[in-house]
Amino acid sequence: MARIELRKIRKQWGEVVAVEDLDLVIEDGEFVAILGPSGCGKSTTLFMLAGIYMPTAGELLFDGIPVNEVEAKDRNVGIVFQSYALYPHLDVRRNIMFPLKFKGVPKAEAARRAVEAARLVHVEELLDRMPSQLSGGQQQRVALARALVKEPQLLLLDEPLSNLDATLRLSMRTEIKRLQRHTGVTTVLVTHDQIEATTMADRIVCMRKGRIEQIGTPEDLYERPDSLFVASFIGAPPINLLPGEARDGRLAVGGTELELLGAAAGRVILGIRPEALRPGEGGLPATVLDVEPMGRETLFLLETPLGQLRALLSGATAPYGAGDRTAFTFDPEDSILFSESSERRLPDVHVRLPA
Amino acid sequence: MAGYGATSRQRQRINAVLFLGPACVLLFFFFIAPVIVDIFVAFTDMGRTLRITELTTANFERMFTRDRRLAQTLVVTFMYVLATLAVFNVTFGLLLALVTTAVPERVGGFFRSVWLLPRMSPSVIYALLWAWAIDPNERGLLNQILINTVGIGPIDLMNDHPLLLIVVANGFIGASMGMIIFTSAIRAIPEHLFHAARVDGAGGLAIVRHITLPAIRWPLSFITVYQTLSLLVSFEYIWLITDGGPFYDTTVYALYVYKRAFESGQYAYGAALALMLVLLGIGLALLMWRFFDMKRLLQTPRIEVH
Ligand SMILES: Nc1ncnc2c1ncn2[C@@H]1O[C@H](COP(=O)(O)OP(=O)(O)O)[C@@H](O)[C@H]1O
Ligand SMILES: [Mg+2]
Repeated sequence: MARIELRKIRKQWGEVVAVEDLDLVIEDGEFVAILGPSGCGKSTTLFMLAGIYMPTAGELLFDGIPVNEVEAKDRNVGIVFQSYALYPHLDVRRNIMFPLKFKGVPKAEAARRAVEAARLVHVEELLDRMPSQLSGGQQQRVALARALVKEPQLLLLDEPLSNLDATLRLSMRTEIKRLQRHTGVTTVLVTHDQIEATTMADRIVCMRKGRIEQIGTPEDLYERPDSLFVASFIGAPPINLLPGEARDGRLAVGGTELELLGAAAGRVILGIRPEALRPGEGGLPATVLDVEPMGRETLFLLETPLGQLRALLSGATAPYGAGDRTAFTFDPEDSILFSESSERRLPDVHVRLPA
Repeated sequence: MAGYGATSRQRQRINAVLFLGPACVLLFFFFIAPVIVDIFVAFTDMGRTLRITELTTANFERMFTRDRRLAQTLVVTFMYVLATLAVFNVTFGLLLALVTTAVPERVGGFFRSVWLLPRMSPSVIYALLWAWAIDPNERGLLNQILINTVGIGPIDLMNDHPLLLIVVANGFIGASMGMIIFTSAIRAIPEHLFHAARVDGAGGLAIVRHITLPAIRWPLSFITVYQTLSLLVSFEYIWLITDGGPFYDTTVYALYVYKRAFESGQYAYGAALALMLVLLGIGLALLMWRFFDMKRLLQTPRIEVH
């Protein structure tokens, strides 16, 4: 296992800068997710960790030892590609045994370890099949076995669930988490799906346009997003964002004013998560515009003096119908404020509904 | 409804004639008819006067019992085809493809173009260049190089190593076809397979052996079969550079057929020899088809994309 450190890592192709100024420490045995929209440099970062790409600048250390110049074949990392990348001319057994071929593991032991790895991901009955005879989920398990069989010091997963259907995705999520716990291997998962990141990882690295936006636990990113980008990227349904103007201890939003707790001035953005809104006497007067049942929860689209808001209430049956008039409220701690110009969060600033 | 069906069937027939007709006509006049004529002539005594006096099997008798040159020709053909194929058309073509796809694209593209040049230049000019390059006196390009850099020579390639000469001259041209096919086949291999292999610990040679070669297995078989057959029947460069000589040292079977028929005027005997070449080609093709399991190639798509 290894402790991974990235110092000011940068990768560019000609004029295209894919990753810039990346500073990150991944502790031994930690499960970290790199989260961000497509094209933000997640795979590039992962490929640099694997040694497939060499950083243009910066320093990469495994357990304190610089590995910038160490080739992929000598890094002892396991990787699962988005497309699985199983060797099409080799059967499952030989696919899993492939990495051991280059580690000088005797044939008999390699075969034994391949079966062991296959058992770990529940593909032991597929050992004699060819990759083309496997379903997507099975291919993915085989790819996992191939990555794990060499007992890597670092496991890298590039969008491993994106090609699976919803049910399979759910079970593989649990499965991968179990495997990571079981083996204790330092793991980096790349995903554009915030649910995947928040459910699987100990810590999340949120990236945007080749730079790190925020590093933190899933709770950190959800409750204390550093920026507007993180706030809107994390959470489903997405956070309500309302432009406003802070002046003299008050925040003017839409057609009304809120009480400002903390120091802020100028143009700001108010963020309130749909889950933070709940019905309450004397709150914001709200007209229900639309009701969307979402299984155990129900999403309401509300017209309020602040503007249009989404509110998520637990319960499968809606207490209100479209056209109903009611009132909604929220706790001041659940309100988040961002500077409009810098898009950064204003720490310790909240708003309260006027009494 | 019936009327519609009739016109539709008529239309189908017209379409068949329109679309298949030209190809059938060409096939008939340039492939089937010549074979029929060849078979017929092979059983006659047609000579320089083009007159046929009798139907006979004498040509075949001569071929199998009296033609001592034929055996030597077969040996030359075998060595020529095997050497050209093994050294240049497959191995060197593959090497060129591997190297030019591994280096930066601009450099790779340049080298591929260089190797395509002989293929694009007219055969006569290519042959003349060779004649000049191997000129036995000190002025020849090869001898100038040998004398000035290695300090040996002059040598007379044409007289001392004629078989080597025709193998190299044909190989320089033949390698380009394999190179192009292999290059595109290597390009079609999904990049993540190379990435996966590198992460799994494979070095450059191991990647070629475990990823590239298995992935281009079918183009490799195809080029081997195709080039074998094409080397077997073509002789233009040999004819132009050595004219089969010195003596009969570089006279391959196809050239021998040509010489017997058109230089000696023994049309009937030439026809019989040509018939054997056709049978030899078909036999070889079937054998290799079997060996490379080409039937599987035609059954299902062989380039697997994941
Ligand atoms: N081999 C490459 N050559 C040039 N540009 C690349 C290459 N790989 C990725 N990029 C660019 O780098 C950026 C980040 O790509 P990538 O890391 O694949 O994003 P992600 O995995 O987050 O979707 C993109 O703008 C992409 O176009
Ligand atoms: Mg990606």
